[in-house]
Amino acid sequence: MKSCLLCGVGGQGTVLASRILAMAAIEKGGFARTAETIGMAQRGGCVTSHVRIGESVPSPLIPPGRADAILAFEPGEGVRNLSYLKEGGTLIASDRIVPSVASSLAGAEYSGEAMIRYLKDNVRDCFILSAGEVERICGSVRFMNMALAGALAESGVMELTVPDLEKAIRKKVKQQFVEMNLQALQYGAAMIKESKRA
Amino acid sequence: MKELLMGNEAAALGALAAGVQVAAGYPGTPSTEVLETLAGRSTGGLHAEWSVNEKAAMEVAAGASYAGARTLVTMKQVGLNVASDPLMCVNYVGIKGGMVVYVADDPGPISSQTEQDTRRFAAYAKVPVFDCTSPEEAFEMIQEAYTYSEKYGTPVILRSTTRICHSCAVVDVPELTAPGRAEGFIKDSRRWVIFPRLSYENKKKLVAREKVLSDDFSSYGRNEIIGNGPYGIACGGVSFAYVKEAILGKEDLFTVFKVCTPYPFPESMARKFLSGVGKTAVFEELDPVIEDCLISLSGTLEHRMEIAGKRTESVPCAGELSAAAVGLALSEIFGTDTLIQPRSCEEQPPVPVRPPVLCAGCPHRASFYAVKKAAAGMKANFCGDIGCYTLGNAAPLDMVDTCLCMGAGVTAAQGIGHAEPDTVNFSFIGDSTFFASGITGVVNAVYNKADIILIVLDNSTTAMTGHQPHPGTGITLMGDVTETVSIEAVLKGIGVGFAETVDPLDLKKAVETVKRAIDQTGVRAVIFKSPCIAIVKHDKPLIINADQCIGCRKCIRELGCPAMSMDGKHAAIDTSLCTGCGLCRQVCPTGCIGKEEAR
Repeated sequence: MKSCLLCGVGGQGTVLASRILAMAAIEKGGFARTAETIGMAQRGGCVTSHVRIGESVPSPLIPPGRADAILAFEPGEGVRNLSYLKEGGTLIASDRIVPSVASSLAGAEYSGEAMIRYLKDNVRDCFILSAGEVERICGSVRFMNMALAGALAESGVMELTVPDLEKAIRKKVKQQFVEMNLQALQYGAAMIKESKRA
Repeated sequence: MKELLMGNEAAALGALAAGVQVAAGYPGTPSTEVLETLAGRSTGGLHAEWSVNEKAAMEVAAGASYAGARTLVTMKQVGLNVASDPLMCVNYVGIKGGMVVYVADDPGPISSQTEQDTRRFAAYAKVPVFDCTSPEEAFEMIQEAYTYSEKYGTPVILRSTTRICHSCAVVDVPELTAPGRAEGFIKDSRRWVIFPRLSYENKKKLVAREKVLSDDFSSYGRNEIIGNGPYGIACGGVSFAYVKEAILGKEDLFTVFKVCTPYPFPESMARKFLSGVGKTAVFEELDPVIEDCLISLSGTLEHRMEIAGKRTESVPCAGELSAAAVGLALSEIFGTDTLIQPRSCEEQPPVPVRPPVLCAGCPHRASFYAVKKAAAGMKANFCGDIGCYTLGNAAPLDMVDTCLCMGAGVTAAQGIGHAEPDTVNFSFIGDSTFFASGITGVVNAVYNKADIILIVLDNSTTAMTGHQPHPGTGITLMGDVTETVSIEAVLKGIGVGFAETVDPLDLKKAVETVKRAIDQTGVRAVIFKSPCIAIVKHDKPLIINADQCIGCRKCIRELGCPAMSMDGKHAAIDTSLCTGCGLCRQVCPTGCIGKEEAR
């Protein structure tokens, strides 16, 4: 059984990403469970999606310390959920913060640098993706979800490949958005390849 | 075909496989997707509707069941409170076509007012309740529920919870075919008309049936005793999944009693379970239903039985359970090595709090802001209601002083006014909630000479639950065009003299309209009409001209829009979130917010 926790802020596309991962696993003949945040908490609040792939997945939620990978759609959310990652697990994060209304009102400083530094210092297999690059390549930062998924596939942690995800995207995503999603997927995968080479 | 299905989708497809012919419900997280899936996947022969509320839904289904159709009613747990009137009677009367009431409970609670437990409600109503432990089980179980419903001539409840409703699993779905026609209603007033004499006779049958069903459920395949270890675990619902996870690799130590029919409780199977273990831990979310049944049963046993659960404070009495919580409790109760350790994360930098907020561009923000401006300096109370707009309570709007249940904003404001006549009392209600349970409250206000200002937040959809149509939208669940019920016409018909519709995003006019309403007495209504930004095409995002921004923070301080934050000394707009609603532009004192071209 392999488990991946996706975390971010409502509206960032975590649900689509977790469905794509699960569908890719099913396409290969496997079993999958997912659990997503839907409803009130979605409105700009913290959201998580749990994806678990394998023959005997006992429960939909990943217990703390048992995630093989974390995809952090927002670096601070990666920090918040880090206790879910198993020792030796992989973390892939976006470098762009989402300001919180509560912090803005309080006039509190919230910088992504401190978050990213903490993640890098505490996770050996930590990869950071550039939101600016995703924006440049795909026209919108909304496609960060597929960049993270592509990076995850390339990392090999979930035993899913980039072509596996590509197949699922073609099946699940609306025709006019397929190309953008695939470009994001390729960008994420390329970033991992590059870091592995370095 | 193998499909990745949410628990709600699996239940819907199970109902279609069982040949459901009439389905009705009211949207409510976490139950909403059941009816949407039915409507989307039906191959014909089905009438499915968003009813005006849960009571209406249950009665529509009851009528169809009288006529021999298999029916489904869907709602969230608090919806069952609304539908309790028909439920508490149709149980006595009984049904002909199988009737399944799908009720989604919400441990946490995550998106609800209460942590009420539908299994208790079922026992109170003397209606059998099925409790599924996974999405794939929901698919099978709902089909079995129809069989039991018809076997005993009773409505049955299928209870689910958020983590089953909204989690996905792989389900093998057969090809679905359209059901045939129902037999039809056969008149028999001694059967279908509830009179005291009939209720007296049927009550005796309901009580006698409890024992019969309990025996029947003791051989129901989904109630199971798994393993034969020395330590007992009884559980139901998603807690069964958490138990499996917590005892992974240590299954030999435990005997697990999986209870899928908490009412009537499968007593003879429970006796067998208890006889095999020395001590038992009980894991279930919400109320200690299984636990109480076991405690009551153990009183009839010869030897003393130790049962650890919520009653012994061995398991948390509120909130969701988890594999980690189960593992911890097991280690405390039995001394087993079942602790689930989180990764240690020391010296974490502080992360920002993120309570849910109204979306960027949400017209409710403008409506609340307009009322706040119009009522500034007055002794005013703001009674809120159930929907996205409950989020108007958050700073900086702070415009929800009370929130109780569907429709209570309209009536609670009347009560405050009667008790404290020198206050100005506002009722905020959304369009879908207005139809569901707001109208009777307005009639009450007019009839009883209340002094309230009703603010209808009409965003042309049921937004919070994921944009379902309602009587004001002119579209049905099946996507057909229908009569559009006008909120303004309804209010005028009731006798509300002042009922004006205004666009909240026109701030000046919105404030002026509310001020005129305040100046009148009796029941006045302002309908703020502007569509939910999730269902319409957005305008171009606005930008801030940094040269003109004086950094006063007024836009951030007063509106709390998630697209706005400070970037150094100037306000900044996240163009990926901004919908161009223009509210901030009307609030900015320097006029530094504009469209991109204007730069």
